[in-house]
Amino acid sequence: MNTVGYTAIVLQVGAVVAGAPLLTGLMRQTRARLEGRAGAGVLQPWRDVRKLLRKEPITPVGTGPAFRWAPPLLVATSLVLAVLVPLISTDTPVRGRADLIVVVSLLALGTLALALAGLDTGTAFGGMGASREMAIAALVEPTILMAVFALSIPAGSTNLPVIVAGAADQPARLTSPAGLLAIAALAVAVLAESGRLPVDNPATHLELTMVHEAMTLEYAGPDLALVEFGAQLRLTVLLGLLASLFAPWGIATGASLAAVLLALLLAVLKVAVLGMALAAAEVFWAKLRLFRVPELLAGSFLLALLAVTASYFLGGEGGQ
Amino acid sequence: MSLIPAALATATGLGVAGAAAGLVLPQRVRGAVVGVLTAGVGVAGGASGVAALGGSRWSAEVPGLLPLAGTHFAVDALSGLFMAVAGAVVAAVAVYGVGYVAGHGAHGLGSRGAQAVLPLFALSLLLVPAAASVSTFLLLWELMALTSLLLVLAEHRARPAVREAAVWYAVMTHLGLVLLLAGFMVYAAQAGGETFAALRSGSGAMSPAVRGLVFVLTAVAFSSKAGLVPLHAWLPRAHPEAPSAVSALMSAAMVNLGVYGLVRVGFDLLGGGPAWWWLLAMAMGGLSAVYGILQAAMASDLKRLLAYSTSENMGLVVLGVGAAGLFDHAGNKALAGLALAAALLHVVNHSAFKALLFCAAGSVLRATGERNLDLLGGLRARMPLTTGLFALGALGAVALPPGNGFISEWLLLQSMIHGLAVPGVTTAIVLPVAVAVIALSSGLAAAVFVKALGVGFFARPRAEGAAAARESPLLMLAGMGLLAALCAALALVPGLLGDGLDRAVEAVGYPGTRPVSGGGLQVRLDEVSAVLSPLWVVATLTVALGAVTATVRWAGRRRQRRTRARLWDCGGGAPTPRMAYTATSFAEPLQRVFDDVLAPEQDVDVTPVRESAYLVERVKFRNRVPDRIEHRLYRPVLDFLAAAGQSARRLAGGSVHAYLGYGFFGLVTLLVVLVVGW
Repeated sequence: MNTVGYTAIVLQVGAVVAGAPLLTGLMRQTRARLEGRAGAGVLQPWRDVRKLLRKEPITPVGTGPAFRWAPPLLVATSLVLAVLVPLISTDTPVRGRADLIVVVSLLALGTLALALAGLDTGTAFGGMGASREMAIAALVEPTILMAVFALSIPAGSTNLPVIVAGAADQPARLTSPAGLLAIAALAVAVLAESGRLPVDNPATHLELTMVHEAMTLEYAGPDLALVEFGAQLRLTVLLGLLASLFAPWGIATGASLAAVLLALLLAVLKVAVLGMALAAAEVFWAKLRLFRVPELLAGSFLLALLAVTASYFLGGEGGQ
Repeated sequence: MSLIPAALATATGLGVAGAAAGLVLPQRVRGAVVGVLTAGVGVAGGASGVAALGGSRWSAEVPGLLPLAGTHFAVDALSGLFMAVAGAVVAAVAVYGVGYVAGHGAHGLGSRGAQAVLPLFALSLLLVPAAASVSTFLLLWELMALTSLLLVLAEHRARPAVREAAVWYAVMTHLGLVLLLAGFMVYAAQAGGETFAALRSGSGAMSPAVRGLVFVLTAVAFSSKAGLVPLHAWLPRAHPEAPSAVSALMSAAMVNLGVYGLVRVGFDLLGGGPAWWWLLAMAMGGLSAVYGILQAAMASDLKRLLAYSTSENMGLVVLGVGAAGLFDHAGNKALAGLALAAALLHVVNHSAFKALLFCAAGSVLRATGERNLDLLGGLRARMPLTTGLFALGALGAVALPPGNGFISEWLLLQSMIHGLAVPGVTTAIVLPVAVAVIALSSGLAAAVFVKALGVGFFARPRAEGAAAARESPLLMLAGMGLLAALCAALALVPGLLGDGLDRAVEAVGYPGTRPVSGGGLQVRLDEVSAVLSPLWVVATLTVALGAVTATVRWAGRRRQRRTRARLWDCGGGAPTPRMAYTATSFAEPLQRVFDDVLAPEQDVDVTPVRESAYLVERVKFRNRVPDRIEHRLYRPVLDFLAAAGQSARRLAGGSVHAYLGYGFFGLVTLLVVLVVGW
């Protein structure tokens, strides 16, 4: 088959795996510099992973298989996403499998595994985190689904490479009302799904506000490394998805190695810029009160619904 | 002689034999014999369904069986689908039931009456889709309603709530029967015959108003059987209070027949209709989907939660059925076929996982005596197999890969998204909302089943019942194992259904689009293509999981064994089970989010000590999420009826003379009316 396609997948997964901790490092460093601190350096998340992996694995008393298997499952779903989402090429051997609904469902599967692990500990923190996370996820998953549907309607398919290739061919789709509404909705949903401000603060351990950290409080050593790595992978893939959907320029659509390499460079740049922009924005944002978060999410769900309706109406009259 | 009549005759014979055995046999062997015979009913009925799915058809008339009308039977692929589903569920649940009854003694499901009725209920589930005339259909429909009612009542000695649930169920199912009877009477009178063939050929000549009336009457009756909002009130009462094997049969086989009736009458007999029919169906379906899952998210009774989830899933199915009607009305038969196929596939998948979930809930109830999730927990260590089976069913119910519910919701979403091919303002408004409903309900379903599994089965036991739980007996596990195998097969190789799904769709006159074939699903229409391969997803996930664990092993420099450590306790001593999150607290954020819809009732009672208002002696907190639709819709009617009954009591003063006077007065009035009237 096409070796370039396989190369593209290997490059993409390699870049995501190697780059996910670096992206987090970059975001922390950006934030530190903007706040006037020196920062720990871009490589610090990798050092953390290495340190944690070498520690002894610990099973808290009273936890079971759900607790034990959630971190590997989280990373595994993120890895499958890294294979499926077209970040650098739409002409890969998996292009037929990269269905949008599957991608959203795999994201949800990772969330669900971690929530079950939180409940499995039987502590107040674990249950609290799981409860909050599922309440947020129950609103976020539909929003992501709806937002990307709005984009899939002009393309006539829920296949991600087809959507991305279509948008690369006709950039006008992105500046249509449906496209703009979908961008706004998806951006909010990505913030919530990856546990960033203003929905969740990844740097807090305050019981009043923490969501993700409360669920994973009992993890230590290699398991903690996996949980953190999984979260970093998800953030990278989601930002990459955002970049691919709304700035698809440069993504390779043919079987040319040069184009793939160029696309890789561009994808890294796009994700880095998005990450830095997010980090810079976070400096100025405060975390929302937990019970104001649903209002934000409901707003973004509404935007996504409007986007789908707009694309039905506009697509129905112009697109046929 | 083809397979279908032989299998149906076998099923009938076994059902009647089972009923006789239940009546006659002593308690020691009753459960086992009736269970085997009921399983036989399921296998035989399922075999005839599979034969019909394989393409054979059968119809027959038995003139002597019923006076006046005679009985008519016909089996096509659509009937076959529902018979195959019911057969599989009945067979597996019967195996489970033998184990369930064994430890229960002579009360509840093991009693003489319940054991005699169970095979008849199973038989009626299989025969209703085979009926081919109004009288045959209604007779079997009523047999199904009555037998299920007696089974719901089985444990009435143990809990008073059973009786209330049974009254609700009896009233609602018979109101449904009245509507059905009225609708079919109008239909048969207009069509000039009561066999389905006569109805089919007569529907073309009927006026739109009569057709609309027939559709509304029958659709409302069928939606009540399917447990759709606002006629769902019986479902969250009857399903939890019935013995769990019966809940499984009701929730996984009986409610399906509401969908069957809707499809049979709406598409096959009436031959489709105007858009407003299907918008009505979609509205009820969409409302049920969201409201059902919201109530499930609030429920802390495990079986009530599952019952509301049934309401949700039937809502999704009817949403698909309604969309099919809408597409058909717009002239896009291929898309209509796809939507209908998605709805039928969801019926199959829902039956598989819901039967499994109800059986697992029954095992929990049997082992702990407890349905309240707040008092369960810690079952993972005590009932590992049941926990695993429940987890498998829950995976199907949350509609995430690699569960079986995901497959059909994927197909449903595909058919909705590509509704763009149907022009018009109605579809442009309705379909986005429908997609939003499906998306929202699947998002909430994730929270619901995380709650059920995580709070009910994981962590530590919160009460003595859960702490003393033991694994279920082998036969119960075997029954659940059969259902679990079915779930796994449907999830991984949906192509097992083969062309059956297509034939079922073709039976009501739509072209099959072959959405399910081989190892996966594919949608191929003019402007659309989409492919889903569940096996590939599972294989990739497994490879990724293996890679991750191997890397972690390799990266830890020394080979280290896992050490055990205390949970983080903030330095305050080991956390007690009372500190763990309960189902109620788990649902609290969602309750806040949907506060306006759910209107929860909260009571806080603070009792200060006598000496100071600032020192609190006792705080009493009560939180209740009433079924708001039920509250608003049923309560006024019930209050009115009760008030009317109360005021009518004044007429009954206890004096025999007055009663004789009423009789005399009534007779005279009647005679006067007759004389004047004629």
